[in-house]
Amino acid sequence: MLLIHCPYCDETLPEAEFAYAGEAHISRPADPMALSDEEWRDFLFIRTNARGPHYERWRHIHGCGRFFNALRDTVSDRFLTTYKAGEERPAEAKLEAAE
Amino acid sequence: MTTQRHDFNAAPFLLEELPWTPRFSLRVRPANRAALAQALGLTLPERIGQRATTGEAEALCLGPDEWLILTTEAQRDALAAAGAGAYAAIPHSLVEISDREITLRLSGPQALTALTAGCLRDVEAIATGTAARTLFDTATVVLWRDGADSFRMDVWRSFLPHVRAILDKITVELKTGL
Repeated sequence: MLLIHCPYCDETLPEAEFAYAGEAHISRPADPMALSDEEWRDFLFIRTNARGPHYERWRHIHGCGRFFNALRDTVSDRFLTTYKAGEERPAEAKLEAAE
Repeated sequence: MTTQRHDFNAAPFLLEELPWTPRFSLRVRPANRAALAQALGLTLPERIGQRATTGEAEALCLGPDEWLILTTEAQRDALAAAGAGAYAAIPHSLVEISDREITLRLSGPQALTALTAGCLRDVEAIATGTAARTLFDTATVVLWRDGADSFRMDVWRSFLPHVRAILDKITVELKTGL
């Protein structure tokens, strides 16, 4: 089982308390009516499907209930970092160098 | 001939259902926490997992903007009225959830062992005098640690038969020394 650090609780807790919530840093277009069908399709369905570090959202649903963002390596399943929702994404290169 | 002595422990831990008490769920923005605490006459702890007692009322911080308040029947209406009075100045949500949960108390030397059978979180690492919302098997519970061997567990009433069935099974296993 994975151990995930919740940035709100500031504790490292079992994966079962958390729920995965898709890719992070995707913001809804301010004016959907101005988008073409292709742009709207890309917003709704097209994801990076990264092999390697992936920015993604998680929710601590059986705990504090908060959504937060994580950077997880999709190959090794290792969590490189977690950070609060709304914060800037940390640079991947810096995190990998720190290990 | 092999003789095996079984030390059948009458009760490895004591499981009680605590009497009904009024409880409230409070949601308020962190910036308004201190002001609302004053208006309600409570102490609202800032850190998740911390709890504070004011008179007979107990407040537990469950999330950055969420608190659970246990109070007495005598103070229930006063608390609701204080919340309604402060609402215009301090927007918040104070909802009575007394009927939603039933509290179990687990105590005794093997209470911790029994909980580790259902909780994935490291129960031993929960400090005495704090609490945490976590999972017991598949049910969301609030686990309060009152002492080294004394726990309270708030279980949603519809999950209670499931949680009790697991605890009964654990009791049998602990009794037979498995």
